[in-house]
Order: sequence, then C-alpha cells, then structure tokens
Amino acid sequence: MGRGGATEAAREVGAAGRRGHAAPGGLSGPAAPRTELLRWQWREVQAPCLVAAWILVASLAKIVFHLSRKVTSIVPESCLLILLGLGLGGIVLAVAKKAEYQLEPNMFFLFLLPPIVLDSGYFMPSRLFFDNIGAILTYAVVGTLWNSFATGTALWGLHRAGLMDPGVEAGLMDFLLFGSLISAVDPVAVLAVFEEVHVNETLFIIVFGESLLNDAVTVVLYKVFNSFVELGPAHIHATDYPLHLFLSSFFLVSLGGTAVGLLFAFLLALITRFTKRVRIIEPLFVFLLAYVAYLAAEMVSLSAILAVTFCGICCKKYVEANISQKSRTTVKYTMKTLASSSETIIFMFLGISAVDTSKWTWDTALVLGTLFFILLFRAVGVVLQTYVLNRFRLIPLDRIDQVVMSYGGLRGAVAFALVILLDREKVKAKDYFVATTIVVVFFTVIVQGLTIKPLVTWLKVKRSDHHKPTLNEELHEHAFDHILAAVEDIVGHHGYHYWRDKWEQFDKKYLSQLLMRKSAYRLRDEIWDVYYKLNIRDAISFVDQGGHVHSAAKLALPSMPSRTSMSESSVTNLLRESGSGACLDLQVIDTVRSRRDKEDAAMHHVLRGSLYKPRRRYKASYSRHFISPDKQERQDKEIFRQNMKRRLETFKSTKHNVCSSKSKARLKEKGRKKASPSQAPALFLALRFGLPRDAVSEEEESDSSETEKEDDEGIVFVARATDEVLQGKTAPGSLDVCPSPCIIPPSPTLAEKELPWKGDQADLAVYVSSETTKIVPVDMQKAWNQSISSLESIASPPGTESGPQHRRFACPVLEEQPQSASQVMPEQSSCFQFPSHVSKSGRSQSDSSPDGPEQQELQPLMATEEQGRMAPSVEPRWLMFNRASHL
Amino acid sequence: MGSRASTLLRDEEIEEIKKETGFSHSQITRLYSRFTSLDKGENGTLSREDFQRIPELAINPLGDRIINAFFPEGEDQVNFRGFMRTLAHFRPIEDNEKSKDQNGPEPLNSRSNKLHFAFRLYDLDKDDKISRDELLQVLRMMVGVNISDEQLGSIADRTIQEADQDGDSAISFAEFVKVLEKVDVEQKMSIRFLH
Repeated sequence: MGRGGATEAAREVGAAGRRGHAAPGGLSGPAAPRTELLRWQWREVQAPCLVAAWILVASLAKIVFHLSRKVTSIVPESCLLILLGLGLGGIVLAVAKKAEYQLEPNMFFLFLLPPIVLDSGYFMPSRLFFDNIGAILTYAVVGTLWNSFATGTALWGLHRAGLMDPGVEAGLMDFLLFGSLISAVDPVAVLAVFEEVHVNETLFIIVFGESLLNDAVTVVLYKVFNSFVELGPAHIHATDYPLHLFLSSFFLVSLGGTAVGLLFAFLLALITRFTKRVRIIEPLFVFLLAYVAYLAAEMVSLSAILAVTFCGICCKKYVEANISQKSRTTVKYTMKTLASSSETIIFMFLGISAVDTSKWTWDTALVLGTLFFILLFRAVGVVLQTYVLNRFRLIPLDRIDQVVMSYGGLRGAVAFALVILLDREKVKAKDYFVATTIVVVFFTVIVQGLTIKPLVTWLKVKRSDHHKPTLNEELHEHAFDHILAAVEDIVGHHGYHYWRDKWEQFDKKYLSQLLMRKSAYRLRDEIWDVYYKLNIRDAISFVDQGGHVHSAAKLALPSMPSRTSMSESSVTNLLRESGSGACLDLQVIDTVRSRRDKEDAAMHHVLRGSLYKPRRRYKASYSRHFISPDKQERQDKEIFRQNMKRRLETFKSTKHNVCSSKSKARLKEKGRKKASPSQAPALFLALRFGLPRDAVSEEEESDSSETEKEDDEGIVFVARATDEVLQGKTAPGSLDVCPSPCIIPPSPTLAEKELPWKGDQADLAVYVSSETTKIVPVDMQKAWNQSISSLESIASPPGTESGPQHRRFACPVLEEQPQSASQVMPEQSSCFQFPSHVSKSGRSQSDSSPDGPEQQELQPLMATEEQGRMAPSVEPRWLMFNRASHL
Repeated sequence: MGSRASTLLRDEEIEEIKKETGFSHSQITRLYSRFTSLDKGENGTLSREDFQRIPELAINPLGDRIINAFFPEGEDQVNFRGFMRTLAHFRPIEDNEKSKDQNGPEPLNSRSNKLHFAFRLYDLDKDDKISRDELLQVLRMMVGVNISDEQLGSIADRTIQEADQDGDSAISFAEFVKVLEKVDVEQKMSIRFLH
C-alpha cells in the first residue's frame, strides 16, 4: 500500500541484523580481553529473541485455545488472539508503564503479510477463482470504490452537520482518505473467519477473492487522497487530479502488480524445471521468488498483494509438476506454518496495539457513524452489484448469499497498518481515525466473527464439505463438461468457457512445454491423477494396517505407471513389483530409482495421451493467430474418425443387416450420408485455416463425388475398420460381414523394447515404414487413402500458398526446426498432392533414410503419413512417434 | 429467419412448451429459429443427420451419445417439442423454482433429471445399470488413444468398486446419484440460455 516508510523498516531490520552478527565477531576478535567466562549479552540478542518469544507465546496460546474444542468451535481463533493480545498488552502496560510492542506497519507489510498472501494465492482453487473472476473483480473494484466514497462522504456530512466533536479537524479529503482505508475488506481477517465457517466454495471464493484483489484499489485511493491531504485543502481543484489520471494510475498499479507477479511466476516455474539435481533447495526457490516478487512490486509502489497472489496462483501448476513429492510436502507445510504464525502474530499484536491509549482519541459520533456506514454501504453495494451480476451468472447469488457477503466484509490489520502510517502533521484527526479503525477492526473481527457462524447456520447457507476426490466424480464431471459443450453447440450459443478453453490450449502447447520438465509434461492426465492418488492413499492405509493380505485385493493395481517413474519413490512401484502380494517392505522403496528407463518406457505408452478436452466453441480465427492447431487438430481428427466409425457401424448394424442384398441405390445414399457430415467439419477446418470459401466448396464437391464413385470400397473399408476395432476392443460385433484381412496392430511391447525416443530416429523411421508396407494390404491402404486424404486434403489443399498452415497441420515435428522445415516443405506437399505415390515413397524411404539431417527430419513425417493412412488402431504409435521426435 | 420462426410457431404451442419446459417466450422463439436452421429437410423435425451436421459435435467424444439422447426410443425424428424437452434438462434452476410446490410434476431441470440424463448416456442397454462394459465404452471415448485397455480396465474397475454398494459390479442409478451427491450438479449440468 502507500508504504512510504517500507524501506525504513528494511534498514532497521538490516541494522538489527548487523548488530546481531557484529557483536559475536567483535567478541571473538583478538582485541577482546576474556575476563569472564559468561557474559550477559541481552542487548545483542534482544531483537531476535523478542521475536522468537512472541511467536512462541502466540503458538503456545494456540495450543491452549485448542485444548477445548468447545471454545474454538464457537469463538474464532482470531477473536481469541485479539483478546489475548489485549491481555498481554495490558500486562506490559502495567509493568513497563508504557505501551510497547506495537504492530508496526513496516513489519506488517514486509514480513507478516506476504506469507499469508502467498499461502492464499498458492493454494487458491484456480478453476473456481477464474470461473468467478467477473464477480470477484466487480466486487473488488466497483464495491471498494463505492464503499470508500460513500463512507467518506457520509462521514463528512456527519461532520458538517456538527454531530462530531469539534476536535475532529478534518475536511472532505481527510474523510475520503479515511474512507479509502477503512472500506477495504481485509484478506487476513476474512480468511481467518471464513476458514472456520465453511460456507460453500463459490461464496467463499467471492468474498476472499474480493479481499485479495481490492488491494490495488485501496492502494490507489489511499495514495491519491493522501497526496490531496498533504497538498492541503486550499490547493485542490477538481482539475488537479482528473479522472483519467486516477484511472490510469489504478490500471498501472493493478495491472503492473499482476504483471510483476506473472513475471516471477514464470521465472519460478522455469527455475524449478532445472532443479532436478538439487532437490533440497526446491522449496527455497518457491519462497524466495515469491517474496522477491512482493518486494519488487512494493519497491515500484505497485500492488504487492496482487503480485504475490498471481505469482502463487500461476506458478503452482508448473512448480508442483516440477518439484519432487517431498519438496511439494515441504512447500505446503512451510507455507502453512508461516502463514498461520503470521496470522497469529498479526491478531495478537492488533490486541496489544489497541492498549496504547496515547494514540487514540475517542469520538462517539465518529465511531458509531463509521460502524453504521460501513455496514450499510457494504450491504447496499453488495445488493446493487449482485443485482447486476445475477443477470450474467449461471447460478445467481441469492438473498442469503448476499447477506453473508455483506456481513462477511471484515476489516483487519491492513486498515490498521494504513491508519498508523498516516502523518499526524498532515492529517490532524489521525488520533480519532486510529481509535475508530481499532474499534471497527475489533468490531468486525470479534462481533461479526463471532456471529457469522450462527448466522450461517441459521440462514441455512449451503456449506461446503471437504471430501477426497473420487474417481467417479472426476470421470462424471468430465462427461458433464462434454455434454455441456455438445448442448451449447446444438443450441448454437457460445459458452463462457471459451476463454478458459483457449487458455488451456495455449498453456498446453507452449507454457507447459516450456515450464515443465519433459517427464512431468508427459504425465498429465486428470483422471489418471485422481486414480493414482487414490491408489497411493489405499497403499498407505494398507501399510498402516500392517500389510494384512485381506485388503490386498483392493490394491491389485495392474501395471500402475505413475509420476513415480520420474520422481524417486513410490509405493505403487512396489505394488507392481509384487503384484497383489503383500510384500510392502518399506526398505524397497528407495531402490526403485534405478529402473527409471524401464519406467519411462511404460509411462510413455500409457500417459502420453490424455483426456480429450471439451470443446466449447470454434471461431474462424481461433487458431490462426497464436495457437497453431496441430495438437488440437490431432485430437479433433481422432475423435472425428472414431465418431464416424461408430456412426457407420450403427448404420451398418441397423440398415445393412435388415436388407442384406446390396442395392446400388442404397449404397449411394449411404455414400452421400457419409459424405454429408464430413462436409461440415471440412468447412470448419477450412475456416480455421483461413482458406477462401470457394476453394473449400470445390474440395467438398470433389470429396463427395469421390465418395460416391468409390461407394463400394468405401463401405467395405468401413466395415473392415469397424471390425478391426471391435476385435481390438473385444466388443461384440458383426464379424462375419467382412472377410477381409485384418490388421494386427504392432505390439507395443516391441516398441517398448526399442525405447523409441532414445533410439536413433533414422532407425525408427525405417522400422516404421517397412512395417507399414508389410502389413497393410494395398486395397486397404487405398481405402484409407481415400477417406483420410479426403479429410486432410480439405484442410490443406495443395499449393504453396498454404505452406505454413499445411506444415503445421501435418507435422508438429518440424516446428522445432523451422529452418529445416522450409527445405522439407515441397516434398511434403507433394505427398499430399499425390497420395498414391506414398506407398512407394514409403518403401524408398527405408533406403534413403540415413542420408542426412534433413532426411532424418523427414522420416517421422513420412511415418506420420503412413500411420495415419494405415489404421486407426495404430494411432497410439502415430502419436508416439511425434513424441519421439520431440524428445 | 427470426420472423419466419415466430410465424410458424403458434402461440398456444409456445404456451404449452413454456409450461412443460420452463423456458421463457423469447428463449423459445430463439431456440425455434435455431431449430429451423438445423432442420435442413424443412419438415419440422430433426433427424440424426441434422445434428451430425453440426461441426463441433463431430469432434465431441460423446457427441453421438448426446445426439441419441435427443431421440425418443426407436424413433429417427425429433420435433420441436422433444428438442425443447431435452434442452430443458440444462436450464439452470432458478430461485422461484426451488420453493415451488412439490406435488406438481418434477421439472425437467431438476437435479435428479439432470443426473438421469447423464446416466442414460452411459446406460446403453437401458437396464438402469452401468455395467463394466458400458463404462469402458464411455471411458474409451473420453480418453485419448494412448491409454491402454488394461489401464482403462483398472480405472473402470476402480470406478465401479467405488460406487457399487450392492455388490452387483454395476452402477445403478441410485448408486450413481449417491456417488455424485457432493457434486454441484445444478451448476455443472446447466448452461446459460440467452434470453
């Protein structure tokens, strides 16, 4: 916040540190004569010792509070701490005759606040947060502005009406300044109270998110009014500080703070990517960089809270993926410990500071007026904003939610620290403001904190219930996502998940690639994650039970590849080793590491692919600007093919079986039917690639005519493909329909042995192409050529103009080597133009493969072609080879 | 398109649909114009092909299952009423509906109906149970091709084991509801229809 004196504190601390360190050095120096064995050195250790003592007292007090479950279930911990602080402050006052140990603003902003904010940012449920970001931002910005101005003006009105003590020397600007600092909802207080109340997630995230994000508004308002007050009322004209300056300053502070946070999140993620060999300092980086982000933002007077919050939110995903399991636990616990002790100290010191009566001057009208106004305006603001927001929200916030939100607007230490920072020379009524702030903070934390729980119970607010994620929930929620996406498509209305989707694509393509370890990046799959965690939990409980065999049945985890392959330890590895046996010797755990490569091989085949992402929406320009479509494209094509196959399968089973005689007319009709749905995606693909529309329609026509001509083959091919898939899945199907040679997909074990990504790429390509030509019969290949190339050629018509997109579409491989890509280009497009030559070139490929680097680059590409043509059941390998060349 | 839509839709029809589905007048006309634009055959009904023509659905892994859900059993066509009836499952639950009298017919967008819609997507043979095979099929659709059948099988086993209460190695609707009782289905199975 407008912490001008922030650096002062740093200097103080630095001085204290220097003092502390210098003293022993001086002692041990040769100059110091050792006349006594023991010496009382209180002065040297005083500062750190006091800090330690306070923390100890606060922590011990916490233990005492929690001895009685009854007390803590009724009274929030923050209240108890404040009361304790009041008591301790009273004792100190009585003993020392003067109030010591205040909550110093600098100490608060530099040391106590950052851990809490980092903790809340890092453990923020990001999906929930970003789903509600609109509401959160509205309340944080509009709400805080409204509260500040309304409270300030109303108090000024009260003052003008002569209701206040004449000693309160304050003008409009003073009251607006006071309003700006008193109206911001405080993250520390909100967190402390709401964590114990357990309201539902949405409500919590809105109130809490607001309290974090309103920091920027508070900073700007506080600064602006502070400068006004310092200028003096006489010099202020409306034109001095025009609105646009205020706005730009607001955007600078908030967006700047966010940018600093993002920058450091990026750095942090990048750094943790390379800590593989120094696991032990991984947690240090997390704390260090987050803290530096805070200090950096503070230094250039941007919103430091925003910086740390966004640093925490954004880095988590990558950091968690990069660091080891142990470091993850360390980060989690250290962060919680730091945040919890900071919170404890803040509340205790709030209590202690309140005892210092020299700072305050009481004015009943001001205190009561402020209390009344902040409650009133908060409620009014919430109701008005919710009214507007509900028009846009899927699930509107109802009356009860609004009551809780209004009532949950707690003020806390931030307001207190800010009011202490005021300059008494400039702000004449500072003492009054301090007293009022203390009362307001105490009132909100103690009275509202005490009553909010009964209120929530009484109003029957939907509570959140914490439970472990289950596989069912994960799975079905994914299904829900797909369902909603489909329904939105059918309705033709575009959902608000559009941006999220877009972001996810971007993240997956670039950020994750850049910021995650390769091993970590491969392994991302949500359902699998949950499955894995559940199994770990089971395994641990299994061990805890002493490894009795009776629960081993539950633990039959068939070939459970997991994150463990890249991190060091795992119970599941053991389980795999021992099958469902009960050999869970903990000693074995640490020896697993040596089998990394084998693990990698297994993992590679398992988790490379992940769940299909739900698609909400397409736009013509969707992929053109910055998200290149290959990854997405592949998924789309894959799903598309599967869907088409299924459709034709059902068609076949319903119609084909009914009338067994193949009438030509019927087949033609079928051909058309097959063609028609494929046109639409073709059109959209074309749109995505930004092709001229007429070209598309031409392609479409040729496509459909082709399909009609090739009716018979097309159908036979489909039957075969279906058949083959059915065989693969061992699902019941019509096996007698097509007596065609069926393809046995190359066994994955073979590839596993090869460890493809470690082997030579040229070898790999040879292997692929020769196998392809061996297995696939010519007619089958032709059929595939027809169907697949019809799809592909639509998306990428021949011609040099469409070069870049073309390249991207077909071969993600080449993106990493743009210079070689340009050389490969012509050859590649010729592949598309003359698909019939491919099988030949595939054969010749094996001869020419080890020629040079460019050729080697080409190999995977050809392989891709071949694989794509071959059969859908070979898809995994297709993907695999792309992967291989990435690695 | 809009004017044509409203002329074709009679007021009493709108009233009936409104009553049945809870959509507002403007939502119904809006969706009707969507309906007619999907209806390439212009015979007042949608066929499977009409749905399949929507490009995004072709790449939705559950697309076909969802299309099927629009069609009453054994039929190939769905009229506007049926179309709206299915869409009504996804209408968010509004405030005034929560307090509505309980004796009336359950609204289509109730929690249980939303869940039932999802359940039917799994339950192909309509025996009110999700068997392992049915679950596997859906899993196969939803995950990439890279996860092996064996792993899918273990996921399916685990899923069933988690939900199964009566030990029949299948998930009944009751078990399905039970296992999702902590999920905010009202929100996660609702979309915002434009007014």
